[in-house]
Amino acid sequence: MWIYEKKLEYPIRVSYTNPRLAKEVITQYGGPDGELAASLRYLTQRYTMPIPQAKAVLTDIGTEELAHMEIVAALVYNLIKHASVDEIKAAGLDDYYADHDRALYFVNAAGAPWVASYIQSKGDPIADLHEDLAAEQKARATYEYLIQLSDDPDVTDALRFLREREVVHFQRFGETLNLVHEWMDSKNVF
Amino acid sequence: MDQRRRDLLCIMELEFAAIDLNLFLDTHPEDQRALADYNAVSQELMRAKMAFESRYGPIMNFGCGISHGTWRWVEEPWPWELCFNREE
Repeated sequence: MWIYEKKLEYPIRVSYTNPRLAKEVITQYGGPDGELAASLRYLTQRYTMPIPQAKAVLTDIGTEELAHMEIVAALVYNLIKHASVDEIKAAGLDDYYADHDRALYFVNAAGAPWVASYIQSKGDPIADLHEDLAAEQKARATYEYLIQLSDDPDVTDALRFLREREVVHFQRFGETLNLVHEWMDSKNVF
Repeated sequence: MDQRRRDLLCIMELEFAAIDLNLFLDTHPEDQRALADYNAVSQELMRAKMAFESRYGPIMNFGCGISHGTWRWVEEPWPWELCFNREE
């Protein structure tokens, strides 16, 4: 069960219409290291985690990633909602516009749709948690590239918040991996 | 910034503290200091949400909040329609 809260996790500001930036930021909505992939990865891996702390971490970080997906969507929505077709064409967002107008869709920066093969659910908690640690670092790197590409200090502010959360999640997954190792060691008493 | 946005910002700050403490507690469930902080923040957050909901309508639905007068859940703005620009 999930309950929706009628608020974002972090307040966003968007200075001006900027379809060029939207075209890049949308990769954190539906790209390989984006928030949809993160959320679905953790929420589907949690079922086969062997210890209660790991089930909690994957449930809670998976849930927070849904909130991040909503922040990214709100950024993209506000960056393009008032864009004219000429502005959209000039920004190279016309291919996207042909299929989606100014609606939100799960694509990467180059327009490729989200696919489930971005994520894995291996059933082996060590393998899954290592994937999660890597996923957090890849998302952190993507946010750093987006910050370099951003020419809107208000959008950059939200991207910095999201980047910071990846660092915190990496820390929690590292602790979870240690707990799973301790649990496995405790089972091997010879 | 209008009063509604200021009140919502206060809720967002409290809830962010609760989220971060929650994740920490998931891997440190025995940490009494973090637990005390989480419980204190959660109580303050619940009070702030109840005060907000009585003025502006439910922030949560499905039985987690009260709507006074009419079913105000459907009222705009939805979260993606509410920017916190400095001049607003």
